Amino acid sequence: MNIEEYISSGILELYVYGALTEEESREVSEILKEHPEVRKEVEEIEAALQQLASAAAPYNPEELLASIKQKLSNKNVKTLPVRRKTHWVSYIGWAACLLLLVGLFFLIDDNNELRQQLNSEKARSARMEQQIADARENAEKAQELLAVLRSKEITRTNLQGQTVAPEAYAAVYWNKEENKAYIDAKELPEPPRGKVYQVWSLKLDPLTPTSIGLLEDFEADDNKIFTLENANESEAFGITLEPAGGSESPTMEQLYVLGAVTAAP
Amino acid sequence: MQQDGLILELQNGNERAFERIYQLYSESIYGIIYSIVNDEKIAEEILQDVFLKIWENASSYNSSKGRFFTWILNIARNASIDQLRSRSHKNKLKNLKADNFVDILENKTHFSSKADAIGITKYINILKPVCKKLINLLFFKGFTQKETAEELDMPLGTVKTKNRACINKLREMLAE
Repeated sequence: MNIEEYISSGILELYVYGALTEEESREVSEILKEHPEVRKEVEEIEAALQQLASAAAPYNPEELLASIKQKLSNKNVKTLPVRRKTHWVSYIGWAACLLLLVGLFFLIDDNNELRQQLNSEKARSARMEQQIADARENAEKAQELLAVLRSKEITRTNLQGQTVAPEAYAAVYWNKEENKAYIDAKELPEPPRGKVYQVWSLKLDPLTPTSIGLLEDFEADDNKIFTLENANESEAFGITLEPAGGSESPTMEQLYVLGAVTAAP
Repeated sequence: MQQDGLILELQNGNERAFERIYQLYSESIYGIIYSIVNDEKIAEEILQDVFLKIWENASSYNSSKGRFFTWILNIARNASIDQLRSRSHKNKLKNLKADNFVDILENKTHFSSKADAIGITKYINILKPVCKKLINLLFFKGFTQKETAEELDMPLGTVKTKNRACINKLREMLAE
């Protein structure tokens, strides 16, 4: 299939609108997963449409979020059953019996409700703990990063976007003494599902690539800084998109960024 | 950019992910709903319902069917159209066609910070009338390609290519 023709056919715009049939949409989804350039186009169309639709909004409905969350938590709390009226003149015995049952029911229901509240409290505090731990970890990472950047042994290499992703950008901070390479991948697009970025150390004459590792868990990593071992005499670095698990040798058509190492000071 | 990781977290019931999703999509979705119901208060209520539905039905979203944005779009359009139906049982299509997003943009008196609506409005006027119609039906009103072709008395393929040209124009404007 000719991807350029496919993109310019106009099908992707209809896809984002939701104006295609279910089957046509499925086909586009498949193609989108296989071709990063199609995905990029779809994302750009979507961004433009989002901007246009936002412009039609009377205002930015940010403050509605609080009331939506309120509604969400209300839904989780059970409403109490309505107490039924009974004729006290007749069937006193039955009424008493019923009252007792209702009372019991309330007790059980209350109990359930309390337990539910307790559970959601527990869940909330567990979440908080996780958030604090995350924040602390991030702070530690930031400190570590700062130490790395200040070190004199560090060579910084800028990797520029290549044909498949001209907008992409990455940097390698390479500490030759410690054989460590820190990859700053903040400006790389998120890899499609089932794909992973692989970092290569390159010797230029003759061109020999050596894998120094994968940027695993790319999406989950907040600061997008990855630490890899690099004991090679690297002359350049490159990053390619590979199937999950990485490849023996780089897929050159999927070369995202590339840059030559400048001589150390 | 569609963040697959974020959507996954939403599907796992992560409230922070929900908040982020809200920030990412609420304004554009509000714009869509408003362009259909044309009433701020009603649009607000629908927007809230839509996000409740997103939270409750997140697990039914599947990326092989389409974009997450498209999925939300459909929920929003359906909710808005249901609302219109309950307001007036007849003339559903007439209602839908009465308000064009162009009118909304032109009549806007206050603008939010996130979208440069003033800039967009200025450029929207440069769009060809056919572009305004296509974008209004296909995007804001959720017509299918076929319905749009019938509505505008245009061959199916032309809808596709013309609309592409229109969106390209829009993207150029936004990039300026």
